[in-house]
Amino acid sequence: MLWEVDIYPADGQPDRAGQRVAQEAADLGVAQNLSVATATGFLVEGQLTLAQAKHLAEHLLADRIVERTVVAAIGDAALMAAPLGKPVVVHVLPKPGVMDPVAQSALAAIADLQIPADAVRTFKKYWLAELPADRLRMLTSKLLANDAIEQVIVGPLPFDKLEFGAPYTFKLQTVAIDSLDDAGLMQLSRQGQLYLQLAEMQTIQARFRELGREPTDIELETIAQTWSEHCSHKTLAGRIAYRGPEGERTFKNMLKETIFAATDQLRKKWGEADWCVSVFKDNAGIVKFDAQHNVVFKVETHNHPSALEPYGGANTGLGGVIRDPLGTGMGAKPICNTNVFCFAPPDTAADQLPAGVLHPRRVMRGVVSGVRDYGNRMGIPTVNGAIYFDPRYLGNPLVYCGNVGILPCDQSFKQVLAEDYIVAIGGRTGRDGIHGATFSSAELTSESETLSGGAVQIGNAITEKMVLDVVLEARDRGLFHAITDCGAGGFSSAVGEMGEELGAVVWLDRVPLKYDGLNYTEIWISEAQERMVLSVGAEQWPEFEQLCQSEGVEATVIGQFVATGRLQLMYGAEEVGNLPMSLLHDGRPPVVRDAVYQPTAPQPLSEHPALSDYTGVLTKILGSLNVASKEWVIRQYDHEVQGGSVIKPLVGITNDGPSDAAVVRPILNSRRGLVISCGMNPNYGDFDTYHMAASAIDEALRNCVAVGADPKRIAILDNFCWGDCEKPETLGSLVRAALACHDLAVALGTPFISGKDSLNNEFRYATDDGQKRSIAIPPSLLISALGQVDDVSRCVTMDLKQPGSLLYLVGLTKDELGGSHFAQVESLTGGYVPQVDAGVANATFAAIHQAIQAGIIRACHDLSEGGLAVAAAEMAFAGGLGARIFLKQVPHTLDISQRATSILLFSESNTRFLCEVAAENMIAFEHAIGQVPHAVVGEVLAKPQLLIVGFDEAGAPAEPVDLLEIEHVVEADLADLKEAWQKPLRW
Amino acid sequence: MPPKVLILRAPGTNCDLETAFAFERAGAVTERLHINRLLENPRQFADFQILCLPGGFSYGDDIAAGRILGSQIQSHLADQLQQFKAAGKLILGICNGFQILARTGNVLLDVDPQTGPEATLTFNRSGRFEDRWVQLGVRSTNCVFLQGIHEMYLPVAHAEGNFVCRDEATLARLGQQGRIALRYTPLKTSAGSTNATIVPAASDSGDDVPYPQNPNGSRGSVAGFCDSSGRVLGLMPHPERHIDPTHHPRWTRGEAKAVGDGLKLFENAVAYFK
Repeated sequence: MLWEVDIYPADGQPDRAGQRVAQEAADLGVAQNLSVATATGFLVEGQLTLAQAKHLAEHLLADRIVERTVVAAIGDAALMAAPLGKPVVVHVLPKPGVMDPVAQSALAAIADLQIPADAVRTFKKYWLAELPADRLRMLTSKLLANDAIEQVIVGPLPFDKLEFGAPYTFKLQTVAIDSLDDAGLMQLSRQGQLYLQLAEMQTIQARFRELGREPTDIELETIAQTWSEHCSHKTLAGRIAYRGPEGERTFKNMLKETIFAATDQLRKKWGEADWCVSVFKDNAGIVKFDAQHNVVFKVETHNHPSALEPYGGANTGLGGVIRDPLGTGMGAKPICNTNVFCFAPPDTAADQLPAGVLHPRRVMRGVVSGVRDYGNRMGIPTVNGAIYFDPRYLGNPLVYCGNVGILPCDQSFKQVLAEDYIVAIGGRTGRDGIHGATFSSAELTSESETLSGGAVQIGNAITEKMVLDVVLEARDRGLFHAITDCGAGGFSSAVGEMGEELGAVVWLDRVPLKYDGLNYTEIWISEAQERMVLSVGAEQWPEFEQLCQSEGVEATVIGQFVATGRLQLMYGAEEVGNLPMSLLHDGRPPVVRDAVYQPTAPQPLSEHPALSDYTGVLTKILGSLNVASKEWVIRQYDHEVQGGSVIKPLVGITNDGPSDAAVVRPILNSRRGLVISCGMNPNYGDFDTYHMAASAIDEALRNCVAVGADPKRIAILDNFCWGDCEKPETLGSLVRAALACHDLAVALGTPFISGKDSLNNEFRYATDDGQKRSIAIPPSLLISALGQVDDVSRCVTMDLKQPGSLLYLVGLTKDELGGSHFAQVESLTGGYVPQVDAGVANATFAAIHQAIQAGIIRACHDLSEGGLAVAAAEMAFAGGLGARIFLKQVPHTLDISQRATSILLFSESNTRFLCEVAAENMIAFEHAIGQVPHAVVGEVLAKPQLLIVGFDEAGAPAEPVDLLEIEHVVEADLADLKEAWQKPLRW
Repeated sequence: MPPKVLILRAPGTNCDLETAFAFERAGAVTERLHINRLLENPRQFADFQILCLPGGFSYGDDIAAGRILGSQIQSHLADQLQQFKAAGKLILGICNGFQILARTGNVLLDVDPQTGPEATLTFNRSGRFEDRWVQLGVRSTNCVFLQGIHEMYLPVAHAEGNFVCRDEATLARLGQQGRIALRYTPLKTSAGSTNATIVPAASDSGDDVPYPQNPNGSRGSVAGFCDSSGRVLGLMPHPERHIDPTHHPRWTRGEAKAVGDGLKLFENAVAYFK
């Protein structure tokens, strides 16, 4: 029997889902004043009676105070009673096989009530007023459902039983490759979604000719997964011939010779004092924290899945990166998340979207909800992040998800032993996420959704939380030898990597499945979420299995590591694959890629009028999307769970000012803290990716230092998201950025400890008149920083604290408005892009740190987007106190001219801080700052206004001039500035 | 002998460690126990003086917050909990723990089984999860956990904390009975000028403070609820997230006290057994 339970808001209760749909339909221009009523529903199949179904509805599925239910056998007229004026019904269901966590939980809870149910499916029901057919289609496709994961049924539900999969009949598949010519090989690569290049296909062909046989399908897939960009980073870790302003250079392994080399150089220099533990090896980088603990950090991207299904993509993006620390060493406990997103502007006109592109507003809402639901449910605070907007992210939004973990020092390394069992734990394997690893190598097109919908998944955070709980317990009890996450490439990558040195045999028929019908290859490459692979000794297995059972986590022996040097894949008694490990890991043919780079020739900023009043410009910058408050997003993340919050993402007198970085105490009875920050500025990449990368590193570091981190103990990560790197110019711009990473890391003593790249971020589509277009994202390098503080009670926030304090500007202001927010809001081109003077940066960071340690800085804020004016405004409204600033006092390198005002106000020169210092600490502060350029530029006022005195008019602050007479280049009430800053993203 | 606290874990519980830490700092001994262990041997309850259901997303809050664990407890542990309470022991539900207690209806909130639940916790009026700090006023004289506390400044972090009563009369009666132990109150200014006073319960049912001081839109600004004995408390805010001075969102502005406001609640529970 199949019962349907519809759950509506009770009379007098708001229909929030309905209101949201109506609002979003209006926002997207689909329909104004849409009349809609919604229900959530459950389909329950089994030998239960109507009375039992009603009992379930009232006592388990619905809340009798705020909801009402309709319960009937499917097809019953009662279920189709339309609310007045809303005759059209639309059902939206997860497609069969798509993760439906609520259905899973409901089924278990029903069983617990001793009610006989066999299967559950959830759905949403929308009752709508009559709409023209094309409007209805638009509404369902743009708002109510996502074709990638959901099916839409207009009218009654047309089935009377729930079906999941059909039994699988084994049949060994081989692929005829021997006879293919080059065109045939490339066709196979594309159609099989292998996304390998010709040279790689030729190598495979040659190897199997040597073996005198054709490959099986699973062998070909295994090679494609292992050689995929996602798993092997073959472009950046490959051979590159580079030509740039530095001259010509050839790399055998570009990453190794730039970013890794910088870390090696630093570690050698530090010798005994080296505080790196494991870099670029494990799933995350590891550095020392205190005498007992190390900390680990990893940031990944999940761009392509998030473009197709923002909620699921971001959800599993965060879920995936949490498994990295958990799979690092012998398993680190995740302690905080960081998330950075790039979207097209949310006000993009809905009718101008290319086919296959979701509206950026919907993408942003989906991504934020996806990250929120995974992080919050895992109980990991999301403490840091940023959002950048640029029209070039339209078809290709970026979703960077990061996680920090902590583990005991002596658990930092792992070793797989021969004869260990290969144990899979956590979620079951389904058809979800097939070809995710190879798909990430492909460009997105308007057809990506139909081609690669299987790569999109929904996560189940609670399954992962249960896995986390048992892994940490098993680690502490010594119940396994090694662990890794099951990410891109599924078992094929996880087992392939763990067994690289030894060899492995895998019994694919033993893998627990979500439903029938998966063939052996699908089992092997599925990227179903929430799975970890462990190497468990036979003597450890009984206790390990018992522990998992006691917490309700499924654990299965799916194979064994054996010292054969081969990967043997079995399905029952049949051998379906047998490859030497060496082919997988060393067999890839070296491809030399060309890379060229020519930065834009430096030129002055385009003509702009000198203004007597810049208040309007400042207001515009505060309201620009990159600068505007992200409070709507931040508050949806639990940023305090785990009880170690020290500096929150929102600070100040009303808890809503923009913090530079977050600080957490991972050990509750210790005062030692971790600092998490980031730096990124895609705008600068249009000028010179070297300076973009240098600026991102400087920004991440100064954010970290501004709250109190020790600049000698900051580890950083690189995440390159770039366009199509088969184009020499695109690859060249990336190599140039990597060279900057090397130079700055060495000069600042800041090691890279891990990183990741996502290439091919281009969206191809055809316009209405059939013209082919392509949008490449701007070069997008995210630098994430992990700092440390000895004693969190020394930390500082950015909000002004006391009227009468002095405001010091530390650092030099230069003519650097290229790529600035001033140029953006005024539509100016050209200008000089900000550069970093590493020597000055070193001295500045050290000086600021010394002053913070000495307790003589009351508030500290770095100068970034929007320069001095924005920093001063943010500090003022965050603290609820005014400020007066004299531009004449600002330390600078300018020629004195009329143009100086806009530069002094808005230049985005690196390595600058605005510091609030009590007058009595003036001497101590100046002593701490020493030779670093600095000056008193103003003071904190009790009256809530930001006053900036222009370049020409200002007298020295000590002179008893009548301040009322002074002309201000900025004069604004804090309430107005704050409103301009808060309004744009107050959704 | 310090009291022993049973911190109940279930799939998705995630505030168990810091809640145990807060109880220990207050002088208790704690044990984190998985619901499966308790179901295997419910007699373990006898070893403990305090039961705490910490925050998190038990079973993912699938279907609704706290619904599945609440249903499990009601089905399998109702008698044991009744005995636990009858023995004069304490029960504390924080955030998801409060939601779970609310779902177990007749056991823990003294609700009449004939008429169904008197109140529920449902979706915030804002329609979304929010993490923010709130000012709380104590409105109970007999709640063991809140003795000597007049006000607290604590964070909330939830999507389903909107307290809805069956009707206005019920809300008024619960207020009169002193069962509405904690209410959201207007935020104090940074200068700390507002002195909270205890408003008599009878005149209290209509004092809704606006969003965001009342973060979820609860009618009557209900933030915490206790049973008639005063020994069972459920609250949405997180006292375990304000025990250290650096937990305070404005500690860098000199606004934190030497000890966070939340610690006293745990100390009261421990002191009850001395």
